[in-house]
Amino acid sequence: MEAIWNRFKIPIIAVVVLLVALMSSFVVVPETQQAVIVRTGEPVRVANQFAANEAYGLTGAGVIARWPFIEQVQYVDKRVLDLDMERQQVLSNDQQRLQVDAYARFRIIDPVTMVETAGSEENVAAQLSPILTSVLRQELGRRSFGSLLTAERGTAMQNIRDALDLQARQYGAQVIDVRIKRADLPEGTPLDAAFTRMETDRTQEAETIRAQGRKNAQIIRADAEAEAANVYAAAYGKDPDFYDFYRAMESYRRTFQTGTGDSSIILSPDNEYMRQFRGR
Amino acid sequence: MDKMGGYLERIALAMAGKRNPWSKGEGGRDTDQEGAVPPRGEDSNPPRGPRNPWLPGNGNQERPRRSASIEDIFKNRGPEGPRRMGGPGGPNFRMPGMPGGKRLFPLLIGGVVLGWLGLSMVHQIGPKEQATVTTLGKYSDTLRPGLNFTLPWPIQSVDVTDVTSIRSERIPGSAAEKLILTGDQNLVDLSYLIRWNIKDLTQYRFQLAEPDETVREVGEAAMRASVAEHELDRVLSGAGRADIEASVRERMQAILDAYRSGIAVQGVEIEKTDPPERVVEAFKDVSAAQQDAETDVNRARAYAQQLRARAEGDAAAFDRIYAEYRLAPEVTRRRLYYETMESVLADTDKTIVETEGVTPYLPLPEVNRRRQEQTVTVPAQPSGEQ
Repeated sequence: MEAIWNRFKIPIIAVVVLLVALMSSFVVVPETQQAVIVRTGEPVRVANQFAANEAYGLTGAGVIARWPFIEQVQYVDKRVLDLDMERQQVLSNDQQRLQVDAYARFRIIDPVTMVETAGSEENVAAQLSPILTSVLRQELGRRSFGSLLTAERGTAMQNIRDALDLQARQYGAQVIDVRIKRADLPEGTPLDAAFTRMETDRTQEAETIRAQGRKNAQIIRADAEAEAANVYAAAYGKDPDFYDFYRAMESYRRTFQTGTGDSSIILSPDNEYMRQFRGR
Repeated sequence: MDKMGGYLERIALAMAGKRNPWSKGEGGRDTDQEGAVPPRGEDSNPPRGPRNPWLPGNGNQERPRRSASIEDIFKNRGPEGPRRMGGPGGPNFRMPGMPGGKRLFPLLIGGVVLGWLGLSMVHQIGPKEQATVTTLGKYSDTLRPGLNFTLPWPIQSVDVTDVTSIRSERIPGSAAEKLILTGDQNLVDLSYLIRWNIKDLTQYRFQLAEPDETVREVGEAAMRASVAEHELDRVLSGAGRADIEASVRERMQAILDAYRSGIAVQGVEIEKTDPPERVVEAFKDVSAAQQDAETDVNRARAYAQQLRARAEGDAAAFDRIYAEYRLAPEVTRRRLYYETMESVLADTDKTIVETEGVTPYLPLPEVNRRRQEQTVTVPAQPSGEQ
């Protein structure tokens, strides 16, 4: 072994050096990355650049060659990237405030421009974030509060996307989509006012329901009374005279006999009840 | 290369030892040590011995050193430390084999290589899984469930993912209140579950930087948009919830397809739609009001039933009497009159004033008091109700 080493020292070293050189002149570019080859600070070419509707397996991913040591490879994400916006207060054209939380999805389509202008994906996101905020404010500020909530129905989101996309192109990025994730009333007075309105709305509903209940009850009672009167009238109407007598009798019993309290009656001898009392 | 050389050398040495016919006398004495010694001999050979290590004379030349071999025995049999440090004067010392296990090291290497090949070439893909194969970074194939073979690792790499299992995302993740504005600018506390899986593994792998996060965000955006299209009462009701679930799912799928995310939204389930905590009492009051209204109506119905029954009863009683009365009007009338007066007057204090000019003494205050009592306790009732 030692002998081999001694004898082939130079070839072995040469092979190793060659291997290292070979290794560093080939670079693996994965499907998810684009590679910008930078020669002494200047981007010279791109491998696996994004192209719309490319089938995987037919992209430029794989092994690429570069000059070792003088060419550096900078990887740029090829995938759809996430741009999250800070929560922003948006003022609608009817002076109502809304806290809006939006996100954008973008992708680097021109990695050379991106490397030259922003340097990295994070920088692109950092640059786009304030732009998104201002575009969102501008566009939503033109609308009434009611239509802010359903911003998807109109062209608002489309306009925001286009405006952001225009700016993003400067950084070699393409904005795919902008969406409003949340739209909330700001804490404090607006939220409290909304709660109060909801509360009074419900109170009103509750009171209406109760009033309806009372009304229905009253109608039911009145109906029953009318029906009862009808029944009475049908029965008693056959002989009003006898009814008068019959009812009077019942009334006397009830008043003097079953009624509470003592009663004293002073009778005149001319009373009908006393008619026989006189012996006539 | 290194290991290979050592291996060959050892074979040669072993053969030399066996074939050595003229060192038999002493060889017999040394046979016990023979197994342990060769590495040592081998170590010391290159620097001092002739070029050809498997010359038979080699063994003889070393003999003199054997006489003081007790130290060597310990060196070779002792713990790993001394052995690894190498024999005396052996600059190119390699790890020696154990006694009788000269081939352990090559075997180990072979095992590692085999294991590496086995692990990185043979892939068992489970029934729910698929795997992407990338050849030096470039996508080349998708493996289906079953046994699959690929090239070994640095060339092809395999990434197995569970594709058919349904994953769920609960929004919001915590139990905190999450208020969403409805179309009529009310707030509703909503929590929901998004169930999704992967429908296109390559897109899922390569298209989005953060697929899981994207599902959440798209879900939130779609839910917010759908709720904003409905009024609060509709959001709270069952039918409205079903509508919202369907529209959120559609919307999410459309957005995710536009991103070419390879994600299929299997369903969106609204778990909870509640009014905000601060106004929940007012909402409860509405259902209480409904109960109250029902109560009122029920009471009225009960009263109405009583009233009707009584009217019918009274009417029926009158009808019976009247039927009798018709048969003998005068007698019946009289009878009723006397019976009534009798029972009435029997219970009351009676004063009959016959002679004219007699003024009866009446204890007026007492009478007044009693009369007051009576008017209070027996109020006049309208005849219709009796």
